[in-house]
Amino acid sequence: MLGLGADRLRADMNRLLALLFHQGVLDEQFLQLQQLQDETSPNFVSEVVNIYFHESEKLLRNLRGLLMDREFSDYKKMGIHLNQFMGSSSSIGAKRVRNVCVAFRAASEQNNRAGCLRALELVEHEYCYLKNKLHELFQLEQQRVLAAGVRYPIQN
Amino acid sequence: MFSSIAHNLHYKSLPLHSVPPPLYKYWKQIPRTFLVMGSAAGEFLRHVLPEKVGVSDHSAAGSELHVLAVDDSHVDRKVIERLLKISSCKVTAVESGTRALQFLGLDGEENSVGFDGLKVNLIMTDYSMPGMTGYELLKKIKESKAFRKIPVVIMSSENILTRIDRCLEEGAEEFIVKPVKLADVRRLRDFIMRGEEEGEENRKKGNHKRKLQDDYSISPPLSPAPSLDCEISSLLLPSSSSSSPECPSKRPRLWVED
Repeated sequence: MLGLGADRLRADMNRLLALLFHQGVLDEQFLQLQQLQDETSPNFVSEVVNIYFHESEKLLRNLRGLLMDREFSDYKKMGIHLNQFMGSSSSIGAKRVRNVCVAFRAASEQNNRAGCLRALELVEHEYCYLKNKLHELFQLEQQRVLAAGVRYPIQN
Repeated sequence: MFSSIAHNLHYKSLPLHSVPPPLYKYWKQIPRTFLVMGSAAGEFLRHVLPEKVGVSDHSAAGSELHVLAVDDSHVDRKVIERLLKISSCKVTAVESGTRALQFLGLDGEENSVGFDGLKVNLIMTDYSMPGMTGYELLKKIKESKAFRKIPVVIMSSENILTRIDRCLEEGAEEFIVKPVKLADVRRLRDFIMRGEEEGEENRKKGNHKRKLQDDYSISPPLSPAPSLDCEISSLLLPSSSSSSPECPSKRPRLWVED
C-alpha cells in the first residue's frame, strides 16, 4: 500500500502546518512563501527558511555575546541586531518569534539588561521550537516527494 | 480532524494627508480562514488566495521590467527576488546602497561596468540598512540627473509616520510596510508598466509630455489601488463603512507605531 504513502505524508504535513498556525508559530506570510513555490522554484520555501536559520543563528549568537559581556552597554548595537532578526522573522512568517522580540526590544529600549537576558532566553526557546518544527515539515515534504515518485505496475 | 484557522486582521489605516495625497502602502490585509483538510483535498501547500499567481501575459512596452532591489537582509533579498521573478520582472538584487550606486554607475567611478542596456525601471530599497540607509540612497538617486526619473519604492518593517513622510517628500513613489506581498509587487509592476507605456506612446507621438510623466510618477495610479482597496476592504470587515474607492480618506483611525 505504498501508493498511499504520499497521501498520508501530505496529510501529516497539513496537520503539522495546521498546528503551527493554530499555535501562532506561523502566520499568513508563510503561506505567501508557499505560494511562491512552484515547478520553476520547487524548493523555494526551504531555501528561504535555511537562509533564515543561518542568518538568525548568527544574530542570536551576537545578541547573547553582547549580553553576556559584563561591561555590556551598547544597547544601540543590540537594537540593530534585534531589528534585523525581527525583520527576517517577519519575512518568513515566524510570528511567535517576532512577538517575543518585541518584548526584547522594549527591555533594550529601557536599557534593562536583566530584562533583555530573560527576553533573549524566550526568543531562543521560540526559535528552537520553530526550527525543530520546520525541519520536521521539510523532512515530511522530502519523504512525500519520494513517495509520490514511486511507480507501481498495478496502478495507472 | 483538522481545525480551522482564523487569522488575525492586520489593518493599518492611511493617515490623512494634505494636498496632494500620495497613496502609499500602509496596510496589510485580509482575514483568511483556512480549513485544513486531509489527503487529496489538503492542497494546503498550493492554497490559492484571491489573486491568482501566474505568469503575467502583459506585452505592453514589449520588454520585461528590470527592478533593482536593495536590502541588507539575505532573507528579504531572496523573497523580493522571487516575488519579482514570479511577476515577470528581471531582478538585480544587491545588499547595500553603495552596491546599488555602483550598479547604476553613480559611485563616481569612471567604469560603467556594462551598464548599457540594463535600464532600470524601478528601484525597491529597504529603509534600515547599515552604512547608507534607503533614505540616503533615495536622495542620491533623486539628486542624479540620469536616474531621478526612476521610481523608487521604500520598504520598511516599521510603520513610522515621520519616516514615511520624509521618504515621500524626498520623492519616493511608495512606502511599503514589510513583509512585502505578491499583491504589492504586482500593483507596482502594473503601475510602472503603465508609466512606461505612456512614455513610449508620448515618444512615438513626438509629444514632450515630460510634465505628464512627472505628475504620473508623483501621484500613483488611482485605479488599481482603490479597486484593490475595495476588493480587500469588502473582505475585511463586513460591517465596515468604507467600501468605496474613497476608502483611504474615510478611514478615521491613525495607527502609528513608536
